[in-house]
Amino acid sequence: MQSIAELLGLLPGYSSIPETYRALIPVVVSCVVIFACMALAVLFAVWLERKVSAHIQDRLGPMYVGGWHGWAQTLADAVKLLLKEDIVPASADKLLFKVAPFVVFLGAFAAFVVIPFGASSFVADLNIGLLYVFAVGSLSVIGIIMAGWASNNKYSLYGGMRAAAQIISYEIPSAIAIMTVVIPVGSLSLVEIVNAQQGGIQNWFIFRYPPLVFLGFIIYFIASLAEVNRTPFDIPEAESELVAGYHTEYSGMRFAFFFLAEYANMFLVASVATALFLGGWTWFVPESVVPQFIPGPVLFFGKVLALVFVQMWLRWSLPRLRVDQLMYLSWKVLLPASLALVLGVGWVTVYW
Amino acid sequence: MAFGFASVLLFFVIGLIFLAITLFLSRLIQYKGKPGVDKYIPYECGEIPEGSAWVRFNIRFYVLALIFIIFDVEILFLLPWAVVFKKLGSFAFIEGLIFIAILAVGLAYVWKRGDLDWVKAGDLEAMKE
Repeated sequence: MQSIAELLGLLPGYSSIPETYRALIPVVVSCVVIFACMALAVLFAVWLERKVSAHIQDRLGPMYVGGWHGWAQTLADAVKLLLKEDIVPASADKLLFKVAPFVVFLGAFAAFVVIPFGASSFVADLNIGLLYVFAVGSLSVIGIIMAGWASNNKYSLYGGMRAAAQIISYEIPSAIAIMTVVIPVGSLSLVEIVNAQQGGIQNWFIFRYPPLVFLGFIIYFIASLAEVNRTPFDIPEAESELVAGYHTEYSGMRFAFFFLAEYANMFLVASVATALFLGGWTWFVPESVVPQFIPGPVLFFGKVLALVFVQMWLRWSLPRLRVDQLMYLSWKVLLPASLALVLGVGWVTVYW
Repeated sequence: MAFGFASVLLFFVIGLIFLAITLFLSRLIQYKGKPGVDKYIPYECGEIPEGSAWVRFNIRFYVLALIFIIFDVEILFLLPWAVVFKKLGSFAFIEGLIFIAILAVGLAYVWKRGDLDWVKAGDLEAMKE
């Protein structure tokens, strides 16, 4: 953000703006920049998912729109969705029906405020950053229940309730798993957590106290898959039984908001995992051996993309779980395991 | 720090503006089909929906939400504990051990009662009869 302020300082007439407003401008600019970057990243991820799924299933995927490997396919889809008619069912709860996409979308995007993309490229460094990510991330549950209930459609209701049950079940193991990182750092600020991992790959938290924090990473990753409703945990949208789950009744741009939010959530959980366990923007080897020649944000995005790719890979490799298996995994495997892990990390921190 | 939260608020506002503009733009250029009664009926694979969808649903969800609230509060208490853990040392470890042990007893109780199973063993037998 400092660099944005410096860049803006070069503009003619910038210094004549009153001090109080001048402090706000870098924030607005960085918000818009992150918004635009995330929108682009989501468009890219949709295209990537279609290509990855196609190649895993021995198909080609989109090949025509835009020329090279159908790179403009999602742009064309976005334009198509923009042109589609916006249908609100006559029997729906109209106010909730219209508010729900906003809640889901904002819940997914607002969490990016505290994600540190680089040493100085973040919008805000809150001292309760991680808590904020979890709080805002769970906003999407409310939006999903609103959408499922307001549609007045049985499929939507089932999808919404299932999604809510699943997201709240898996929020607990994932929140406990991140404590394996919070305990050694002693801070909830994401910037401080990344700073504690500087100095090469051996300082990343995934390799701290082997294999305790690594197991924490695995638990977080599994739980985060469920939180963003990805296969193998996509029973809220199980196409074979629920049509499309909570967004069955949505069309046009409102549907697009749900879709964008889903992919933004993928990036969000991957970003949090990168910042917590994979060293964020930090370089693989100590600076004294090989200086960092890739800028921090690019490195961060590379790690995030690698995790997103693993999410896609899992989606197209594993079958969907049943509801009872889902509950079993969350409450009887991940929750006791994560509690034991937290105590284990505590033991190692104090007595070793 | 207050400034940090101001930027969070700004981010929300910018997000809202972005969504509102997109919806407005879509309304300007979207295709508006002929109005009809059928079009505004909830989709149920082509059947005419029988009754409203606002019905009673499985009690499981309620039980699950109750368990969730207990453990969510536990997380809220554990987060500050994790932050000051290093400063307090073995005192914090023993305190955390007791706290988690109490919750583990609760988890064991819920587990034993079968509230963590989607279909309770008793319900299954009742269904067979």
